[in-house]
Amino acid sequence: MKLFYSFFKTLVGQPVTVELKNDLAITGVLVSVDQFLNIKLDNIKVVDEERYPHMLAVKNCFIRGSVVRYVQLPAPSVDTALLQDAARRERQQPAAGPRK
Amino acid sequence: MSDQLRSLVDHPVFVYLTDGRTLVGQLMGYDQAANVILSKTHERIFSSTEPMKTVPIGVYVIRGETIALIGELDEELDDQADYDNMMVEPLDPIAL
Repeated sequence: MKLFYSFFKTLVGQPVTVELKNDLAITGVLVSVDQFLNIKLDNIKVVDEERYPHMLAVKNCFIRGSVVRYVQLPAPSVDTALLQDAARRERQQPAAGPRK
Repeated sequence: MSDQLRSLVDHPVFVYLTDGRTLVGQLMGYDQAANVILSKTHERIFSSTEPMKTVPIGVYVIRGETIALIGELDEELDDQADYDNMMVEPLDPIAL
């Protein structure tokens, strides 16, 4: 259940791009993540700044997990074999039931 | 979760709601569900045909479900920003 929470914790300090469900994309350094996969980013830059000057004065932010569509990661930071393995194990023995 | 918002308490923040609205205010408090209390709240209304408008709306309690993003507002950068000439479409609402 906490697989992706643990996975994201290993990426703290990396640059990531968070794409929201309304297509807005924000690049920043991953500062923290929580059990709901809420994400905190530092030094943010909105992708396509010209279209979205609304957030010029925002340098770091908290993004609610429920509005995230994708989190784009630097490929070298991800051990895909390890992740696949962990996902396989999680599937065979889920750690907990569905969250409320 | 509590730690993520704790650093923003008593700071000026920019709140982006799932219906596309953008608010700025001072973060007074929050809870586990990211419900939030904002004081000195202003709504920033963007339009592609008119410069940005600001509407003061006082103290707001915002349900976490409707919050997409909370950003720390850098007041220096905010003062430098040319909102009087900023004519852009409002941010899109988020289809959940």
